[in-house]
Amino acid sequence: MFALHRLLASVVALGLCVFAITVAFAAKSSHQNTAAGLAAWEQVYSVLVSPRCINCHTATNYPQQGDDRHRHFANVVRGPDGHGVPALNCISCHQETNADSTGVPGGRNWHLAPLSMQWQDVNDRPLSSAAVCRAVTDRSKNENMDGPALLKHHEEEPLVLWAWNPGRKPDGTARTLPPISHQQFIAATRTWVEAGTPCPKGK
Amino acid sequence: MAKYRLTVNGAEKTIDVDPSTPLLWVLREELKLTGTKYGCGISACGACTVHVSGVATRSCIVPVSLIGDRPIVTIEAMANDPVGRAVQNAWVEKDVVQCGYCQSGQIMSAVALLKVTPNPTETNVDESMGGNLCRCATYVRIREAIASAARQIKQGAA
Repeated sequence: MFALHRLLASVVALGLCVFAITVAFAAKSSHQNTAAGLAAWEQVYSVLVSPRCINCHTATNYPQQGDDRHRHFANVVRGPDGHGVPALNCISCHQETNADSTGVPGGRNWHLAPLSMQWQDVNDRPLSSAAVCRAVTDRSKNENMDGPALLKHHEEEPLVLWAWNPGRKPDGTARTLPPISHQQFIAATRTWVEAGTPCPKGK
Repeated sequence: MAKYRLTVNGAEKTIDVDPSTPLLWVLREELKLTGTKYGCGISACGACTVHVSGVATRSCIVPVSLIGDRPIVTIEAMANDPVGRAVQNAWVEKDVVQCGYCQSGQIMSAVALLKVTPNPTETNVDESMGGNLCRCATYVRIREAIASAARQIKQGAA
């Protein structure tokens, strides 16, 4: 009888050990997953705040242009829906493809991102990684996109793709590209999404 | 060189030009529609404004190869357009023009504004006309003429 009790106790103890080890591994794995997701997010963020992207994610009444992100010339304004105003629409100049002979960039449905997707402050300073991440993952601000929808957006949206095919400037030189390739951007987005779109802490 | 079929002021035109040729030079040099003016060549002044599918467009920076089948309307057709007529009447009424060089672009932008916003506020006018420059600074009279045109359109006088 005593031996049976000892055997049962040993089995229970062994089970508890296995459970504890499993939980510990799962926690460690989850922690590693989140860490990988956060690292991937920083790569995504590096693209979002590059001039090809952030110039149209302003907090103001106008878009920006150039690597120095100066105010768009010709008194261009945002307009009620981000497409400019009558007689001065975005598509008054920006066609569906780049016009390299005249140096005007173009892409389908050229427009400003909504103010809910502003990635800079009203003084044109880029927001922090944490703040941009919060905005990008807030479904009340991002047109109700969950993680997979964000990945699809990065993979397919024509104006996102344009960032890696930005054409030539009026002086004939090529516009600069985001800091990583589109392939790397998608890989980073996928890692971040698979980790549950974690955001850095802080303001 | 490449051939393009364009619809300009309701008429079909065929041209044979380099694909990179800006629409402005197709209008002026190939089709002899010289009412549309060359100002800055970089879309900063608005003198070259025409309508492409109803959208005010800076013809100096749009290569003809990107026009496709979208209809083009120039200043030469404004007299046959109800809103265009009202704007031109108002321009005469308010004696807007000084040297006149930028005015076809000003009128094309004003028409584009009034077709979308028949009762524009001062902010609407300032924002929509902000891309059209006038070295003679006729801006005050342009504003008055747009307000007058809006009244004419509202009264059905156009």
